[in-house]
Amino acid sequence: MRFIFRTSYDQDIRLIQHGGQAFWYGLLVVALVAAPALVSEYYLSQFTFVCIYALIGVGLMLLTGYTGQVSLGHAAFLAVGAYTEAALQAQGVPFGVSIIAAGVLAGLAGIVIGLPALRLTGIYLVIATIAFGFIVQEVVTRWESVTRGNSGLALKSISVAGFTFDEEWKLYYLALFILALVIVGILNLLRAPTGRAFVAIRDSEVSAQSMGINLARYKTVAFALSAAITGVAGALYAHKLVFISPEQFNILLSIELAMMIFIGGVGSLHGAVYGAIFIIALPQVISVTKDYLPAGVGHLTGLEPVVFGLIMVLIILFEPMGIYGRWLKVRHYLQTFPLYKKDSFRRQKTFMKSDRLR
Amino acid sequence: MIQFFQLVVSGIAMGCVLGLIALGFTLIYKATETVNFAQGDVMMLGGFVALTTIVLFGWPFWLGVIAALLAMAVFGATLDRVVLRRVLGQPQFAMVMLTVGIGFMLRGLVSMVPQWGTETYTIKAPYSGEVLRLGGIAASAEHMMVIVMTLVLCSVLYVFFRYTRVGVAMQATSQNQLAAYYMGIPVARVNSIVWAISAAVAGFAAVLLAPITFVHTNMGFIGLKAFPAAVIGGFGSVPGAIVGGLVIGVVESLAGFYLPEGFKDIAPYIVVLVVLMVRPQGLFGERLRKKV
Repeated sequence: MRFIFRTSYDQDIRLIQHGGQAFWYGLLVVALVAAPALVSEYYLSQFTFVCIYALIGVGLMLLTGYTGQVSLGHAAFLAVGAYTEAALQAQGVPFGVSIIAAGVLAGLAGIVIGLPALRLTGIYLVIATIAFGFIVQEVVTRWESVTRGNSGLALKSISVAGFTFDEEWKLYYLALFILALVIVGILNLLRAPTGRAFVAIRDSEVSAQSMGINLARYKTVAFALSAAITGVAGALYAHKLVFISPEQFNILLSIELAMMIFIGGVGSLHGAVYGAIFIIALPQVISVTKDYLPAGVGHLTGLEPVVFGLIMVLIILFEPMGIYGRWLKVRHYLQTFPLYKKDSFRRQKTFMKSDRLR
Repeated sequence: MIQFFQLVVSGIAMGCVLGLIALGFTLIYKATETVNFAQGDVMMLGGFVALTTIVLFGWPFWLGVIAALLAMAVFGATLDRVVLRRVLGQPQFAMVMLTVGIGFMLRGLVSMVPQWGTETYTIKAPYSGEVLRLGGIAASAEHMMVIVMTLVLCSVLYVFFRYTRVGVAMQATSQNQLAAYYMGIPVARVNSIVWAISAAVAGFAAVLLAPITFVHTNMGFIGLKAFPAAVIGGFGSVPGAIVGGLVIGVVESLAGFYLPEGFKDIAPYIVVLVVLMVRPQGLFGERLRKKV
C-alpha cells in the first residue's frame, strides 16, 4: 500500500504522480519500443492497428468521456482525414504537411458539426452526428474527381525526406510516436483550464455556465480537437489499410468506435487504449476459440456481433466504468490485499436523472 | 403531375412504416426515457417471427400475424424485465450503448437461427400484387394496406391511451413517475407493458413492410431512418412520430426522383439537420429550460 503525502498543490497536477507510475510507464515504453524485435510481423501489424484505434479512442474520449457530448458520427472525421491524406499524397505533398492538413480539415469538419451541436443535447445531438456521418459518407462516394467513389483509392507508402515507411515496424513506430505525442498533449490539456472546463461541462452544463464557462466556445473546441485527432488517426488508418473506399467509413464503424470507448472505460484515457486493445483482440480471440467450439457454433457468421453486443450489455449492466474500472478494482484488491472491501467501490444508488423538466 | 402524386403515395406508405417504428421509439422514450437503438432490430426480429408463423408453419396470413405480434409483445416485456429494468437511472448514453449492444446481439442471433440465417425472404400477403387505381394514380395494394393499417393502428392506440385504465396509467407514468407511483400505479409493470406494445408495433411495421421489401437480417437498418422521423416530430410526441415518418417518407420518395442520384439516401438526414437547426426540439417537442 502506497501512501502519498501531499505537500504542495503542484503535486495534484503533476503528470507522473509517484515513482511507481514512473516505473511502470517506463517499463511499458521500453516494452513497446522493443516490440518489433519480440513479436512476429502479424502481431506487430495488430499493434499498429491498436495504436491507430487508440488514437481515435483518445479523440472520441475527449469529446464523449470528458466533455460529455456523444458522437455516433466519428467515422466521418476518420474519412475526412483518410481522404485528405490520400488526395494530398497523390498531389505529391510531403507527409508532414499532409497529416497536419488531415487533422486541420477534420477539425474544421468538427466545427461544422459542433455549431448545431451547441443547441442540441442528448439524443438530438446523437441524431445530428449520425446524420452528419451519413452525409459525409455520401459526399465521399459521389465526389468522384477526388475520391474515385466506390472504386476506392490506393495509397503509396509514407515517405519523409527520402526515408520510406515501407515495412511494418516503421509504420508501427510512427503510429506509436503520434499516439504518445497526442496522449501527452491531451493529458496536459486536461490539467489546464480548457480541460477542466470540459469536465465541468460534462458534469453539469448549468453549473459550468454559472461558473463563467463559455459553453459555445468550449463545446466547439472539444468537437474541433476531437475531430482533428480522429482526422490524424484517419491519415494513419489510410496508410495502414493501403486501400480506402467509402463503405469502410459507415455508421457501423462509428457505432463500433463508440462501443470501443464504453467497453474500455468511459472517462479515462486508459479506457481509450484498453478499448482499442479489446476491439482488435476480439476477432483474434474468437477465431482462436472457434476451433474448440462445437462444429455447429464455431462456423456461424453471427458469432462476432453476438459476443460484441453481449460484452457491451454486460459492461453497462455490471461495470459501467468498463475495463479500466475493473482494473482499478483488481489493483485496489492487490494493494490492500487482505483488507479489500467490496463496498470500497459500491456505486451510489442512482436515481432517475430525468431529462424531463417537470 | 400524376407522377408526382404517385411518388407521394408511395412516399406516404414508406413514411407510415417509418412512423410506426418511430412510434415504438417514442412510446419507450416517453415511458422510461430510454432511447431504444435496438428498435430497428426488434422490427427485424418481428419480420422473422412472422416469416416463421406464416411461411414456415404455413398458418393463414392474419393468424400468423397475430401470433407473431403476441410473440413480439412477450419478447418486449421480457427484454424490459430481464435487462432494461436493471439499468434505469443510468445516464442516457449508457442506455443508448446498451440498446446498441442488444441490437448487435439480435442481428447476430437471428443470423444463427437455422431456417432464418442471412438469406432474404419474402412473405406473400393475401393482398399482394393487386393494383388499385384512383383517378389515374396507380397504387399497389401493399402500399394502400400500409396506409390503412397505420391509420387503424393509430386509432386503436389513441383509444387505448385515452379511454382504458392501463392507457391512462401509462400517460400518468410518462408525465411523472413518482406521482404515478403514489397514485397506486405499478410503474415497473406499466413500463413492461409499454415495451411489449412497442415491440408489437415494431413487429407490425415489419409485417407491413415485408411484402414490399424483403425480410433479412439487415432490414433493421431502416431504424436509422426512423430516428430522424422521431426527432423531426420531437422525440416523445406520439403524433409527431407519425408526422415525422410521413415527412421523411415523402421527402425521400421525391428526392429519389427529382434530385440527382445519391440524394435519396441522405435526404432524411439533411431534413433532420435542417429541422434541428431551426427547431432544436423538433416540430412537436416542448422546449423547457432546466431549473436548478
